[in-house]
Amino acid sequence: MASVLELSSDRTEVAASPMLPRPFVIKKVRRETEDTFTVELDPREGRSRFEFLPGQFNMLYVYGVGEVPISISGDPAGSTLVHTTRAVGAVTKAMAELRRGDVIGIRGPFGTSWPVAEARNKDVVFVAGGIGLPPLRPALCEILSHRESYGKVVLLYGTRTPSDILFKDELEQWRARFDLEVFITVDRASAGWRGNVGVVTTLIQKAGFDSRNTLAMIVGPEVMMRFTTIEFIKRGVNPDSIYLSMERNMKCGIGLCGHCQFGPVFICKDGPVFRYPQIKDLMVKWEI
Amino acid sequence: METLERILAQHQFFKDLSPEYLTLVTGCASNVRFEQDQNIFRVGDEANQFYLIREGRIALQLFSPDRGHITVETLSEGDILGWSWLIPPYYYVFDAKVLDVTRAIALDGKCLRRKCEEDHNLGYELLKRFSSLLEHRLETTRLQLLDLYGVRS
Ligand SMILES: Cc1cc2nc3c(=O)[nH]c(=O)nc-3n(C[C@H](O)[C@H](O)[C@H](O)COP(=O)(O)OP(=O)(O)OC[C@H]3O[C@@H](n4cnc5c(N)ncnc54)[C@H](O)[C@@H]3O)c2cc1C
Ligand code: FES
Repeated sequence: MASVLELSSDRTEVAASPMLPRPFVIKKVRRETEDTFTVELDPREGRSRFEFLPGQFNMLYVYGVGEVPISISGDPAGSTLVHTTRAVGAVTKAMAELRRGDVIGIRGPFGTSWPVAEARNKDVVFVAGGIGLPPLRPALCEILSHRESYGKVVLLYGTRTPSDILFKDELEQWRARFDLEVFITVDRASAGWRGNVGVVTTLIQKAGFDSRNTLAMIVGPEVMMRFTTIEFIKRGVNPDSIYLSMERNMKCGIGLCGHCQFGPVFICKDGPVFRYPQIKDLMVKWEI
Repeated sequence: METLERILAQHQFFKDLSPEYLTLVTGCASNVRFEQDQNIFRVGDEANQFYLIREGRIALQLFSPDRGHITVETLSEGDILGWSWLIPPYYYVFDAKVLDVTRAIALDGKCLRRKCEEDHNLGYELLKRFSSLLEHRLETTRLQLLDLYGVRS
């Protein structure tokens, strides 16, 4: 894969082909937590804005190391391309070493998006677990920029410990808004933490939404998404109004290689965002 | 008393409890208020009450000499605090510390235990409700223990 990618010397060609990464320069790196960081990127050639839909992802290529799918975490109205990544393995750890001025190859945007249009006139509940907050952020930004078109908007966010909370400053700003309810909980707290402790599913009953007219968007580990979905259904939310973003290892990102196959669907092109009934039966089959 | 009965009747926990039993339970209920940082109960205290939280936030904590007061769970509006009143030897096993000023309805466990012994149908109704609460707490505790957000190995 790497050698094919490195063949891309013609930059016009690079921008045009979904299999060839386009070089982007890191404008800013922000450390969110000990293992998670946010990069802001601009195309090396030209100043064109990076158009994408909330929920979509890019394939990020760390030259000479490898390529990984990462959701876009920036505001769709923003001027730079933003990704927030947790360093877990070879590629993401190499990416964490990059600094301002370094170059990353980008292919994308790929995949399906959050149903922000369908959510109009409804209560919207976002549920994020761990590194699930970045993929939801663009949809939340988009909804907040057209706030009058939506009912109640709630963000429920669960992390492992208080020091794993991402976007701390922005969460404070969101919390200060009267038209957005933010609930945060952690699985494990150290002494001195005065916030909530418990799994994110326990926040659902606190959210006070109109279950008959609610759309839920959920991202996190699969077990967390499964229990969250069950809790929404228990509370009367229509399964058709529950959306999840799924993760599988990827290679091509465009439905060619079959690497991300999940039963009959390809996460890269049929997802990553799915309506719950589309993947309901697959989620309980752990061997897939 | 009438208001208390109405509040209890509207709470999910007492949903579908017969009016007769509701009146009986209300006889063991009272309104309470706790200030920030107050301890509602401590580990080892006799467990004679449980609470329906109407407003506020409470931390269930354990003290560890090397880590201090560790919160294992927080409870807030709509939650039930305390089930040790139901299970011998009736001692609390956590500290309950008030994080935000809390209003609750306290239910006298001793009084309820006596009524449950006298009327096993009432006992069954309450046990059904507490079993479901315990099942839910066990499920969420298990999820908490799974360390879902950790890096996969
Ligand atoms: C559509 C999509 C969107 C994604 N969006 C994001 C995002 O916005 N931010 C982000 O940080 N990640 C995101 N991921 C996950 C990211 O792609 C993986 O973490 C990355 O591919 C790991 O590659 P690596 O080479 O660094 O680690 P590898 O060498 O592949 O793995 C190293 C170790 O990390 C574990 N690991 C791998 N993936 C994960 C994971 N997702 N969570 C926990 N542990 C893992 C592996 O089991 C292994 O133990 C997304 C994945 C998909 C499919
Ligand atoms: S990653 Fe190749 S088909 Fe999805």
